[in-house]
Amino acid sequence: MKVTITVNGKETSAEVEDRTLLVHYLRDVLNLTATNVGCDTTTCGACTVLLDGESVKSCTVLAAQADGREVTTVEGLAGEDGTMHPVQKAFHEQHGLQCGFCTPGMVMATVSLLKENPRPTEEQVRAGLEGNLCRCTGYHNIVKAVLAAAEETA
Amino acid sequence: MTAVDFRPPGFENNDQKPIGYGRMLRKEDARFIRGKGRYVDDVRLPGMLHLAILRSPLAHARIVRIDTSAAEAHPKVKAVVTGAMLAERGLAWMPTLAGDVQAVLATDKVRFQGQEVAFVVAEDRYAARDALELIDVEYEPLDPVIDVRRALAPDAPVIRTDLEGKTDNHIFDWETGDAEETERAFASADVVVSQDIVYPRVHPAPLETCGAVADYDRVSGKLTLWSTTQAPHAHRTLYALVAGLPEHKIRVIAPDIGGGFGGKVPIYPGYVCAIVGSMLTGRPVKWVEDRSENLISTGFARDYIMRGEIAATRDGKILAIRTHVLADHGAFNAQAAPSKYPAGFFGVFTGSYDLQAAYAKVTAVYTNKAPGGVAYACSFRITEAVYLVERIVDRLADELGMDPVELRLKNLLKPEQFPYKTKTGWVYDSGNYEPTLRKAMEIAGYHELRKEQAERRARGELMGIGVSFFTEAVGAGPRKHMDILGLGMNDGCELRVHPTGKAVLRLSVQTQGQGHETTFAQIVAEELGIPPDDIEVVHGDTDQTPFGLGTYGSRSTPVSGAAAALVARRIRDKAKIIASGMLEVSVADLEWRKGAFHVKGDPTRAVTIQDIAMRAHGAGDLPEGLEGGLDAQICYNPENLTYPHGAYICVVDIDPGTAKVKVRRFVAVDDCGTRINPMIIEGQVHGGLADGVGMALMEMIAFDEDGNCLGASFMDYLLPTALEVPDWETGYTVTPSPHHPIGAKGIGESATVGSPPAIVNAVVDALKPFGIRHVDMPLTPSRVWEAMQGRPQPPI
Repeated sequence: MKVTITVNGKETSAEVEDRTLLVHYLRDVLNLTATNVGCDTTTCGACTVLLDGESVKSCTVLAAQADGREVTTVEGLAGEDGTMHPVQKAFHEQHGLQCGFCTPGMVMATVSLLKENPRPTEEQVRAGLEGNLCRCTGYHNIVKAVLAAAEETA
Repeated sequence: MTAVDFRPPGFENNDQKPIGYGRMLRKEDARFIRGKGRYVDDVRLPGMLHLAILRSPLAHARIVRIDTSAAEAHPKVKAVVTGAMLAERGLAWMPTLAGDVQAVLATDKVRFQGQEVAFVVAEDRYAARDALELIDVEYEPLDPVIDVRRALAPDAPVIRTDLEGKTDNHIFDWETGDAEETERAFASADVVVSQDIVYPRVHPAPLETCGAVADYDRVSGKLTLWSTTQAPHAHRTLYALVAGLPEHKIRVIAPDIGGGFGGKVPIYPGYVCAIVGSMLTGRPVKWVEDRSENLISTGFARDYIMRGEIAATRDGKILAIRTHVLADHGAFNAQAAPSKYPAGFFGVFTGSYDLQAAYAKVTAVYTNKAPGGVAYACSFRITEAVYLVERIVDRLADELGMDPVELRLKNLLKPEQFPYKTKTGWVYDSGNYEPTLRKAMEIAGYHELRKEQAERRARGELMGIGVSFFTEAVGAGPRKHMDILGLGMNDGCELRVHPTGKAVLRLSVQTQGQGHETTFAQIVAEELGIPPDDIEVVHGDTDQTPFGLGTYGSRSTPVSGAAAALVARRIRDKAKIIASGMLEVSVADLEWRKGAFHVKGDPTRAVTIQDIAMRAHGAGDLPEGLEGGLDAQICYNPENLTYPHGAYICVVDIDPGTAKVKVRRFVAVDDCGTRINPMIIEGQVHGGLADGVGMALMEMIAFDEDGNCLGASFMDYLLPTALEVPDWETGYTVTPSPHHPIGAKGIGESATVGSPPAIVNAVVDALKPFGIRHVDMPLTPSRVWEAMQGRPQPPI
């Protein structure tokens, strides 16, 4: 089937199989490889993107389901001139990433979290990111980064 | 000329940018944070095909027949390959890092659930998976050997019928220490405590699974392999040995790697399949395993069944420790460890204590499970060694009615004893243990915690305080003793200073997130005074970097870090001679101040390293006998390992109604000698502590009696989320390594090694009112509940 999906503000269109997962549409069709695959059971959240502004795990959405909708990936987060989004900046400054594999999903989940709750408590941050696994950071600096980003954007 | 700043926005004001050691934000963040990292599955080549692997549903079975005709007929399939086809090319078996062999694709029989049986190469990843469904395999089931304690029974089925003359499942017996002396020490002891301790099978589960893109060029005969490898050079050599390709025609590229944790040290069948697939089709072939495949077939960790015994005097002087271990190595011995160390560095089980005697025996056996053993930040079995000693020391404290901290303080090695030779032959380089433990106690408020515990206990609440004190052994290793498959464990470094004073540092080690691109630049910056942003760190391409054994066992800083400092010093030595020519004074009259040589007594007469670099490449004579350029290369052979240490204190609360363990606080004080970048060290520690929470409370790869793997997805193999871990409280002391050029020790694995015993000790401490002496990991609510009912069961 043919799908038309606005990704990071640009309209994209392709013929895909019905079963094509959104994450593979982004990675294999559009060559937007920021969004990662870390599991096969919708557990890890490395594939988190925004679908019409809400965070979703793109391994558990068909490309067909995103037809006619808007997707934002981490590639679409920085400004035109490359200026980092406050969440990206906070992850860098708080050392909220190591291998970087969970980072795109973690950053997108954070963007969504801060939209829903601009001034979260530490507990709310931890609960809000429960759908995103990280194997490197022990979460400590990620939580600090989210709180710093909240401070910055509030 | 206008200066151009190539740093991306947000990175231009990297204010905390020391020329040398100190907190510095990471250079590599720029790409990762924008999704511009390049991991294996991001690699896309013209004409690239996709590979998928058919895996055994059974743990032990003879392969009767494989019918691939339907798969071959699939319109998008380019090749279907079975073990029989590989056998014709002599590729059905490959050597392991432990000197055993492992089936690439099963030929005679399958030996664990999830084992590779056949592969398909197709035009896209969906079609490749579809075609797997079309392969028909007929199996004749055989009795599986699952329980390692029954593997050596006379009637146990023999797993490795492929090994000539093999009539049992025994792999090796390995001993260390002095059995008789230990016997005598035990005989003279007032108190002996014995405890059976299981370190269950777990899995490193890096968030990025294993994968490869193989590109064999039939015209040039050159193989380029992008792969998730922590040891690209060692892999290249092994491919040369396995595939018969000349080594100069193999280029292994480790691009960005989404975490390794030891899981990406071995060579897996999938890599070999991708190479074969590319050779067969003449096109690039990509293989990326899914999570289930990662958990079910790649290198597991631990699986040591230990009996620990400790002997002491009544007043708490530890005399001796002995242990017998049954090690489950799975169906093939693919444990990644130096050749002469079949049980890794388990010999450091004597820990941080001054003993009279020690003895250990490790018996390794085959079972119908995936191979592995050494992975998951274990520093070659030190996780097991430290867990054993820190559990039995706690058991002894309980037996003696002593505070576990007091017992440790009484027995810790003293600073004047270093370098200290243990009873099993390890020479600890340096340590000042007591201040480290005191610092942890101070941060935790240890004595107040004990008071709080007494109050809570009186109210019927379950609060536990657990301590662990560990000595690590990292930085393998001296080539006299340590090699992997005959390759000495040295590491190279090459440094080129360009005419304008910018530099390229090429490493043989391979970061998987540990921040080498930043910290190695800092090492050179400290030595040469070149700003770290002016130093590009290159790794992971065997065509571009010097030979070395890669990153695992926290060996990067001890080995390659030493090489980086020494190669920079070699450059500085040459720079000094050039400077003497430029300043027209003798070398002896020059003084180095970070970044420049100046004439002694006259700091105004100076040339910077940048001036010198231009002169080295520029016109005009150089001092007599000196070549142009400013490059150097080194291969560093460490004289010893480094022995970082740490003191950890954990506070847990257990819900008496549900038996759920909550880690309320965790204090970690580490000493890794000179600290290159404290921010990165802390991040390493945080990650390792989360590993500890995972292993202690949640993670386990279990099997049913038929050999079905029960931990083969993230639905069953539970990893900590942000909710299961607390804010970590870290501290440090600094005891430099005397033999390391910058006094730095490894740190990456310390927290994974040191934290599980602290957590388990805390849980057992909390459960004291129930008369519980030991509970095996993982301390899930159901297992803790069982223990509270008086039914503590080993996990396997």
